[in-house]
Amino acid sequence: MRSAVVVFPGSNRERDAIKALTAITGQAPAVVWHQDVTIPDVDLIVLPGGFSYGDYLRCGAIAARSPAMQDVARKAAAGVRVLGVCNGFQILTEAGLLPGVLMRNANLRFICKEVKLKVANADTDFTRAYGPDQIIRCPVAHHDGNYFADPETLARVEGEGRVAFRYAEGTNPNGSLNDIAGVLNAEGNVLGMMPHPENLIEALHGGLDGRGVFESVVKTLAA
Amino acid sequence: MLRNDIAITPDLVASHGLKPDEYQRILDLIGREPTITELGIFSAMWNEHCSYKSSKKWLKTLPTKGEKVVIGPGENAGVIDIGDGQVAVFKMESHNHPSYIEPYQGAATGVGGILRDVFTMGARPIAAMNALRFGAPDHPKTRHLVAGVVAGVGGYGNSFGVPTVGGEVNFHPRYNGNCLVNAFALGLANRDGIFLSQAKGVGLPVVYLGAKTGRDGVGGATMASAEFDDQIEEKRPTVQVGDPFTEKRLLEACLELMASGAVIAIQDMGAAGLTCSAVEMGAKGDLGIELDLDKVPVREERMTAYEMMLSESQERMLMVLKPELEGVAKAIFRKWELDFAVVGVTTDDLRFRIKHQGEVVADLPIKELGDQAPEYDRPWIPPAKPVVIAPESVEAPDDIPSALLAILGSPDASSRRWVWEQYDTLVQGNSAQVPGGDAGVVRVEGTRKGLAMSSDVTPRYCEADPFEGGKQAIAEVWRNITAVGATPIAVTDNLNFGNPEKPEIMGQFVHAIKGLGEACRALDFPVVSGNVSLYNETNGKAILPTPTIVGVGLLPDVDLMATVAFKAAGEEILLVGGHGAHLGQSLYLREVLGREEGAPPPVDLAVEKRNGDFVRALIADRRVTACHDLSDGGLAVALAEMAMAGSKGAKVALDGVTPHVALFAEDQARYLVTVPAGAADAVVAEAEAAGVPAVRLGTVEGDALNLGVHGAISVETLRTAHEGWFPRFMGGEIA
Repeated sequence: MRSAVVVFPGSNRERDAIKALTAITGQAPAVVWHQDVTIPDVDLIVLPGGFSYGDYLRCGAIAARSPAMQDVARKAAAGVRVLGVCNGFQILTEAGLLPGVLMRNANLRFICKEVKLKVANADTDFTRAYGPDQIIRCPVAHHDGNYFADPETLARVEGEGRVAFRYAEGTNPNGSLNDIAGVLNAEGNVLGMMPHPENLIEALHGGLDGRGVFESVVKTLAA
Repeated sequence: MLRNDIAITPDLVASHGLKPDEYQRILDLIGREPTITELGIFSAMWNEHCSYKSSKKWLKTLPTKGEKVVIGPGENAGVIDIGDGQVAVFKMESHNHPSYIEPYQGAATGVGGILRDVFTMGARPIAAMNALRFGAPDHPKTRHLVAGVVAGVGGYGNSFGVPTVGGEVNFHPRYNGNCLVNAFALGLANRDGIFLSQAKGVGLPVVYLGAKTGRDGVGGATMASAEFDDQIEEKRPTVQVGDPFTEKRLLEACLELMASGAVIAIQDMGAAGLTCSAVEMGAKGDLGIELDLDKVPVREERMTAYEMMLSESQERMLMVLKPELEGVAKAIFRKWELDFAVVGVTTDDLRFRIKHQGEVVADLPIKELGDQAPEYDRPWIPPAKPVVIAPESVEAPDDIPSALLAILGSPDASSRRWVWEQYDTLVQGNSAQVPGGDAGVVRVEGTRKGLAMSSDVTPRYCEADPFEGGKQAIAEVWRNITAVGATPIAVTDNLNFGNPEKPEIMGQFVHAIKGLGEACRALDFPVVSGNVSLYNETNGKAILPTPTIVGVGLLPDVDLMATVAFKAAGEEILLVGGHGAHLGQSLYLREVLGREEGAPPPVDLAVEKRNGDFVRALIADRRVTACHDLSDGGLAVALAEMAMAGSKGAKVALDGVTPHVALFAEDQARYLVTVPAGAADAVVAEAEAAGVPAVRLGTVEGDALNLGVHGAISVETLRTAHEGWFPRFMGGEIA
């Protein structure tokens, strides 16, 4: 499986994403600079966590208008899988590739902790390595992860089974509507999630639960 | 002759923090009245913060050499060898004064400054920590300061992308008028890839990189060298404003530039900004520096030479570059969208010459600016020796469980989760141990090695006896690093004290340094970098003497790391170092009996070393399943913390000892370890053979900390007390 990681000047989990992709797909991802107008032909594009352009006002708003993101949008429309983690999720909503927005956490503070996630839909390209309703551990680290969408959008997203992950067992850290931690686009090839699966992939991290997100894509492509 | 538009009056000299004799020294040195810009430059170079004029004499007594020391004090950060051609680069620095005035930005730029110190040397920051001290919880400013400082530390470090893996938070009324924000950073570099500030070569371009210069932070270092009074609000403009996004770009651009081979010398602009960095580069290289301020990128119009030379705008660097690679350097900085300007040149005349709008506004001897700074041998009086409190004179609590819960739920011993959950502890994917254990541990990327680090000092001990308190700070750092299984290598010190012009404060400083030095020598734990923060006083009231120490150690394999959590029922609990009996200055005395008095626990450094070496060997041989050092709150708190971390109880017997004394004594050089059932006999026998006292305390079992006839407390009840205080305090429910 070929992958790429898009790096913005304020990305800070790009190395974590590169490590995870290298370990799980067996191949180092291409590293794409935000000013690059073309992303190589790959099976999965990852938008990593961080503070893309400082993000002092609306997280991801400037990044969504970068040259690289124009090609991400084209490739997503062509069916290439795109995974946005944390800041990557924020960028995808700002780019209009995913519905809803990520507001400040309900307690207005940055939160880094481990939460529980329920696999709300195990029949997606990003979750099929997990079981239906499986509860997994996963860390979060963000200031703006409070998912919001208008009632109509929310109903559609829920009705179409586009919620991939929900915070479970009372661990919703940020006030997200319906405990939403990760959503898909209508076609199912773009996933945005606030938690960091790339930070729970080896014994050193204290668990392997995050591997499933990447393994799901590998499994999908192998099928 | 330089034009001088502003008369240098005694008031103007005093407002620059310069004493009349210091001003006379300036007149003698340059043979004329200085210009206002020159006066500003002297003020910036000769203040306490930059010149160490009160502390230098004593700092020289600290041991700074060791087998693993690559670079000791004097550079931006210390450097130690961690094998395989790799080095760890680290330092701790204070940002106390600005954080009290403007907590968010003060703390944020403290983190930014220390990160810059580390990557200026060519090292990528891989871990950060911070030690914070605040006033009494019921003081009206405390909650505001805690909220702002914690958000500022997180706001900068989280965005920059460095994991914060440990730290300290304490409360005491003596910090009511001066909080302490001590920020630590550690970076990783190759041994042959270290960069220094010493300029080399005449006629080479001096290049300005990073963010633009503004009016923020003008006179910050001078402000940080003075006491506070009731007018501190007026000092807000001396606090800098941080931009972690620019810092992150500056990091990447600098590392890329260093890899390109273009950098001859590099110095970050920290305290006293352009002045200090340029003088440092020139003076160290025996070269003059000429700067043309018209070339300096500015973000405000009509800035004067004085403002530009004293601005402490953040995220700026000064470099001497190889002229033939200037184009390469420029391209890298353009890629990262940072300013790049040739602002000066190295010269052979040893002058520090500043031009602005075609006029020379300063022309000073560069070596003397640094070397001829006043150095004082300030008078000091030895602190009074405190009275040792006999254990039998300390009354027992009404019941032991209530006493333990009171301590666990006290401001100083409660969980700091509310704080560290606001720090990104996981970014970079190498965090092996995050806050909550004895030491933070990060894996060295691409290897099995781990770097352990811990920040410690017990200010109430230092107040009672600065010498023993200084020893204890070093010993506790060493013990915490040992408790995770790492071999301690070196420390950085951040010495926070009051006004050194008072002989009793200077006496605290001198004794603390003597204690630090003795412990460092005994434990082979040299000081490789540090920072001194004096004048932490408000309206004449000083802080507790607070020599914060961060130690760094190496684990050959992160798999060998020990943690505090109880692992499995049936495992046996051993107290290495034996039962204690010292209750002077203990948390029990203060939190349960309301007495803050007596001598602190003495530190026997030979015993410390013997017990620690024994424990480290056990961990290395994979013979213990958990390990925790004993410190604040003694045995009882250590047991409770191991139980909470592992969500498992323990049954503990206290035979032949006075329960409240044994449970709450804060004697040093002690550890709790657990070993698999059946393995205890051998460990105890080996301990005896090594001369290390080891007591079989009981076993891990059930879901309560069971002290037999003295009562039992469920782990859930312990946790409720321990986790409760901080969120309730910050939520405004208490104090």
